[in-house]
Amino acid sequence: MELREIIELLDCDILNTSFELNRNYEKAFGSDLMSDVLAFIHDETTVLITGLVNQQVIRTAEMIDLKLIVFVRGKVPADEVVELADNQGITLLSTKASMFDAAGILFEKGLRGID
Amino acid sequence: MRFEYTVTTQNFTTAGEASSNTKKTLKLLGIDSKIIRKASIMAYEAEMNIAIHSEGGKILLDIEPGLITITALDQGPGIENIDLAMKEGYSTAPHEIREMGFGAGMGLPNMRRCADTFDITSNPGGKTCVVMTLTI
Repeated sequence: MELREIIELLDCDILNTSFELNRNYEKAFGSDLMSDVLAFIHDETTVLITGLVNQQVIRTAEMIDLKLIVFVRGKVPADEVVELADNQGITLLSTKASMFDAAGILFEKGLRGID
Repeated sequence: MRFEYTVTTQNFTTAGEASSNTKKTLKLLGIDSKIIRKASIMAYEAEMNIAIHSEGGKILLDIEPGLITITALDQGPGIENIDLAMKEGYSTAPHEIREMGFGAGMGLPNMRRCADTFDITSNPGGKTCVVMTLTI
């Protein structure tokens, strides 16, 4: 699923300048537990869906080369968090949907969970 | 070749910088991406543990032919029961840390899972030292 489709499906705001609309994502993982993110995501084409908006979310994504984070319930991180993501080439999106709804919408359209 | 990174206690703005630098260094040295991924997770979980639980410490990255060693060394206050600390889901982290997405009791088990060898020494009131290696 291309980034442009994820943005449309979840009616997302794009929070930073690091994005490629045709970049492809195949899986998604929803969690507010960063150790679970580190332990279970093994694929760089995975979208991280989370309600956390702190620096550690960006650091976690950086460590395992994730390129897309979707913040749910309309959350928007602080400017320095956005800047850190930009420096790492990580795309940040914000959707008004809850984590459950966001995951459900993406699943319905073909994204799958991790193996 | 040794690289040393300082980790400050309770500073969650800078927490992650040591691991970020560890990752950059391994990339510059052309280490295999699967190894870098494991090393990054080990360093980052260790760094967060130092920032959350200790009075400060450092991450040491040693690179020699065929081997990467990551050492996490802190200034105390030590771990009461290492067996319990190694158990998945066991945590002594306060509520504020859990709100940041950490402290779910998965840090040490994650480190052990990624490392080829894992060794932890600690005693109550003393320092904690975690030595982890990856064969390259």
